[in-house]
Amino acid sequence: MTNSINEIENAQVILVSGSNTTEAHPQVARRMLTAVDRGAKLIVIDPRKTVLAEAAHIHLAIRPGTDIPLLNGMMRIILDENLVDDLFVEMRTENYYQLRDMLYRLDLDEVARITGVELDKISRAAQLYAQAQKAVICYCLGITQHICGTRNVQALANLAMMTGNIEKEDTGVDPLRGQNNVQGACDMGALPAVFPSYQPVSNDDYREKFEAAWNVDLSPTPGLSLLEMTHGGKDGPIRAMFIMGENPMLSDPVLSKVQETLTHLEFLAVSDIFLSETAQLAHVVFPAASFAEKTGTFTNSERRVQMVRPAIAPIGNCRTDGDIISALAQRLDYPMEYDSPAEVMEEIAMLAPIYGGMHHDRLEEGWGLQWPCWDRSHPGTPFLHKYYFTRGRGHFVPADHEPPSELPDKTYPLLLITGRIYHHYHTGTMTRRSSTLNRECNAALLQVNKADADRLQVRSGEMVTVTSRRGMIEVAVEISDQVQPGSVYTNFHFAEAPINKLCIDTWDPQAHCPEFKVCAVKVAKK
Amino acid sequence: MRDVLTTCAYCGCGCGVYLHEEQGRVIGSTASRNHPVSRNNLCVKGWHLHEFIHHPDRLTEPLIRKKGSLQPASWGEALDYTARELGRIRDKTAGQGIGVLSSAKCTNEENYLLQKFTRAVLKTNNIDHCARL
Ligand code: SF4
Repeated sequence: MTNSINEIENAQVILVSGSNTTEAHPQVARRMLTAVDRGAKLIVIDPRKTVLAEAAHIHLAIRPGTDIPLLNGMMRIILDENLVDDLFVEMRTENYYQLRDMLYRLDLDEVARITGVELDKISRAAQLYAQAQKAVICYCLGITQHICGTRNVQALANLAMMTGNIEKEDTGVDPLRGQNNVQGACDMGALPAVFPSYQPVSNDDYREKFEAAWNVDLSPTPGLSLLEMTHGGKDGPIRAMFIMGENPMLSDPVLSKVQETLTHLEFLAVSDIFLSETAQLAHVVFPAASFAEKTGTFTNSERRVQMVRPAIAPIGNCRTDGDIISALAQRLDYPMEYDSPAEVMEEIAMLAPIYGGMHHDRLEEGWGLQWPCWDRSHPGTPFLHKYYFTRGRGHFVPADHEPPSELPDKTYPLLLITGRIYHHYHTGTMTRRSSTLNRECNAALLQVNKADADRLQVRSGEMVTVTSRRGMIEVAVEISDQVQPGSVYTNFHFAEAPINKLCIDTWDPQAHCPEFKVCAVKVAKK
Repeated sequence: MRDVLTTCAYCGCGCGVYLHEEQGRVIGSTASRNHPVSRNNLCVKGWHLHEFIHHPDRLTEPLIRKKGSLQPASWGEALDYTARELGRIRDKTAGQGIGVLSSAKCTNEENYLLQKFTRAVLKTNNIDHCARL
């Protein structure tokens, strides 16, 4: 996020796109609803009538995968109504004319037809957003888990920049991060192309810095992404894997391919707190300590680095992942000895500029620090882009519509949308073992619109089969007006209904984000 | 009873929570009153944050696959075997045959150590995590 979570309360207009915020980010949703109580206007772009969509002043219920035409339509209206922030565009951005030319070629009736939303509604949303002094955009996986994920994000950035709704307190574009430390894992360089602090491995200066600090030679070639590693199949390039606390056997698209890849490895080691579906395939499983048994830091969605403190010693014979890595490094003749996680953070501060002022003794005080935090005396950064975009001027990149790679047809007439729910977390390895959470919500349901349910002659609670070109699962039906006729919805927390079996394995070429959100299926009564 | 202030392990909001420890067990979790995100409030996942910690399904011993099934083993055995295999495949493939997945559930320090281990010891940039999933 470029803003802090609490800044959302002060926004006048909040535009939420592709985020089921009340379920996936409860505290962020609370701030949004507080803002609404204070008189803010809420615009929700979502194919489903989510709880937040019901609370919205304007709900733009687009057809799945049509975010770009909708956003382009809003921008065209802003242009026509003379609501562009010309001064901001002139001073702070570049390449605006290319965007403008594209918008002038846009046919608004076509936009209404593609998105399925009346022009009048789009127009009201556009004007509301453009006229606000303080406007925040929040988006989540509903935007990025599409074949055009990167362009979806760009379209949101275009909208924010042309109206100057960026770079200010209480105003900006905020991606909401899913898992608790996704932000930190990225910041730390658990990515194939960058060292910590997003320093490219291919850049000679950065690489030499790390080579000197670590006293080794390093490869300048970016590595393979997660999907490239786990979807290689039996003859893939990867022969051995070490997997720390992840469960690609449930979270990845096209599970049969993942299974084929993992079962044909020469060696697989997994470290986890439970025997996950992935760990069951391993040659070696390490029992890892949970977050309640170790010291370290997590970085939340608003870039706040915060302490994790142990409440108990590791249970049984568990060890922390940090200890496991050090022990392996020792055996491979590269000692990685640290007295404590605090000492690891000292090394991070030295090598990762955005964490330059992060030290455990500072983080122990107060409520952590938000990066960038350049040095020991730096107070941290509650909102980003204060005086500059990270790359100088904000760059407009016009985004064209690309339809999802698989749309419903005669054989597979329904559109399947996937997501997450309030009670569970990711693949459920932790939440499914929390007795209370599991009691309150213990099965995957397939949301089906009344009209489709009548046609299929199914009632709530009845079991159905859901089939795509890639696989089949069984699941119980919930009749719901949250979904539009023609689409069905479910979530991916339950091993009994591994929805990812159905999903398509195309992905966004730039961000390598799988197209989880939409694919074509047929539903039949069992 | 002892209260330990820490950070919720479930979602990217990052609420400040207290874990309540009694006789070596975590028996409850409550919101931090002054924390800027939690502000004396958690969601249902946070209020039940402690429940998985002592679940009987927790792994407590290293396991090694022997004759097709996973069997309890010592740490020494599990670490030696893993180091040997990773080293062997690293040497055979110049690092390119090894893939590492890090975790959005682990700490920053652990993610840092794992990418350092991958790059410096296993000689590859094949490291990623489930950020996009
Ligand atoms: S308590 Fe709920 S909202 Fe807060 S961090 Fe945990 S899961 Fe997220």
